[in-house]
Amino acid sequence: MSEILHTYLPIVHTFGEDIFGTLLWPLVWSVVKIMILLAPVLFMVTYITLAERKIIGAMQVRPGPNRAGIFGVLLPLADAVKLMTKETILPKHADLPVFFLAPALTLVPALVVWTVVPFSPDLVVADVNIAIMFILAISSLGAYGVLMAGWASNSRYAFLGSMRAASQMISYEVSMGFTLIPVIMLTGSLSLIDVVEAQKDVWNIVPLLPMFVIFFISVVAETNRAPFDLPEAEAELVAGFITEYSAMSSGVFFMGEYANIVMVSFLGALMFLGGWLPPIGLLDFIPGLVWLALKAGFLMFVFLWLRATFPRYRYDQLMRLGWKVFLPVSLFWIFLTGLVLHLTGNA
Amino acid sequence: MVADIIFYLFATITVVAALGVVSSKNQVHSVLFLVLAFFTTAALFVLLGAEFLAAILVMVYMGAVAILFLFVVMMLDVEFASLKKEAIQYLPLGIAVGVVILVEMVVIITQVHIEPNSMVAVAGEVTNTMEIGRILYTKYLLPFEIASLILLVALVGAVVLTLRERKRPKQQDITKQHARTREEAVELKKVASGEGAS
Repeated sequence: MSEILHTYLPIVHTFGEDIFGTLLWPLVWSVVKIMILLAPVLFMVTYITLAERKIIGAMQVRPGPNRAGIFGVLLPLADAVKLMTKETILPKHADLPVFFLAPALTLVPALVVWTVVPFSPDLVVADVNIAIMFILAISSLGAYGVLMAGWASNSRYAFLGSMRAASQMISYEVSMGFTLIPVIMLTGSLSLIDVVEAQKDVWNIVPLLPMFVIFFISVVAETNRAPFDLPEAEAELVAGFITEYSAMSSGVFFMGEYANIVMVSFLGALMFLGGWLPPIGLLDFIPGLVWLALKAGFLMFVFLWLRATFPRYRYDQLMRLGWKVFLPVSLFWIFLTGLVLHLTGNA
Repeated sequence: MVADIIFYLFATITVVAALGVVSSKNQVHSVLFLVLAFFTTAALFVLLGAEFLAAILVMVYMGAVAILFLFVVMMLDVEFASLKKEAIQYLPLGIAVGVVILVEMVVIITQVHIEPNSMVAVAGEVTNTMEIGRILYTKYLLPFEIASLILLVALVGAVVLTLRERKRPKQQDITKQHARTREEAVELKKVASGEGAS
């Protein structure tokens, strides 16, 4: 991988500078890099919807979608065409600028964070030294899209749903951030590449298993997925903050939700499961990208598995779990990690 | 060159957003403009090389403070007529605060000499983040601890203000629920058909 990059990248750069000039080429190159990054991400986002229906179908002993193409592989395509050609219905007295900004604001943060996610030691768009902070900061903006959607729709159901969603997201963001702090302490760096390289001997999941469990439950709650999909609890709130959205504007919300699932799965794989490192040294003939995809894919599968397995939580139980269980436990683990590092002389 | 263009772009957005905060008639729009101003300010921090401060600004101010602000503002259904009457009532106070802030800013800008590059982190291996951590836990340890103590007091105060030990008829005690066992909660009875359970 890296040899190919090192031989061909200079050729591409000289070629690009010939065409666009030295001033414009860096901009064009950035756009090209963004495209190369976004294509597989959006592919995963579209196909996780199919995977969800197929896997949950298999778990409930039914075939799942099987009409569009072989095994339903064309279903996401059909979905996209359906969403785009449907009529967009605008609710009366909706605040239109905010109404249309909201879906964009849920999707964009989920895509922006990919700029700092490394796929192998030399395959990253921007290797910033605060990558973890950047991801936490940008993903905390997702709550705005939800809040704005509920308020701008001018509907009680949507508003209640968005209130629930936003308070759920900010509550679980706290414990998610705290579970990453022991990882940062073990690594001594905020760069994701350093975090993965530090797991060469033992993956972070081994010393920090409770943190991984809390991390995963927190991200399930933060992405508003079952069993924590209270913002969309259809029995009480119709479809929550998406109630008034139709056609592609609701499609963008779903894309944002799935993009977030894919993103946090990759984050979990990088932070706790050793990223692109193989489980045992013997297996390093398989490229790191495959290992990373397998680990992230497993976490995505668990997302769908949870949805098929657990009944929905009650709202007060959700809040209690976040603030009274996860927060103290993760704070204690930060303290414990610091103590262990100090006593073993690694601090 | 490119950095200059980016700076002016973000600076313009910041100023426009700040004007939007004070000029928009809808208070929710005001808060959203404020959020935009926070975000572009964070971008300006990044341009200065203070990436840690930028991330903290986004996380704390946008991710927590402004969201709670938005919560409150969205839930309050304020009538504009009554709001205007009240606003005029508080006009003298508002002007006084504004004048004080203006004077302070003028004094700072004219009297204190700021090195153009004093914001940029020390060169070499040490990153901005490490340097902040180092100075915060050595030179400014006492102010840092006092600030966290004040925050803790505020936290306890908020809990005390909102905690009401009111026993509602449907209140659930989680520990009680967890302490239930199958033996005391479930009773199996063999019901003979046609007689019903007693």
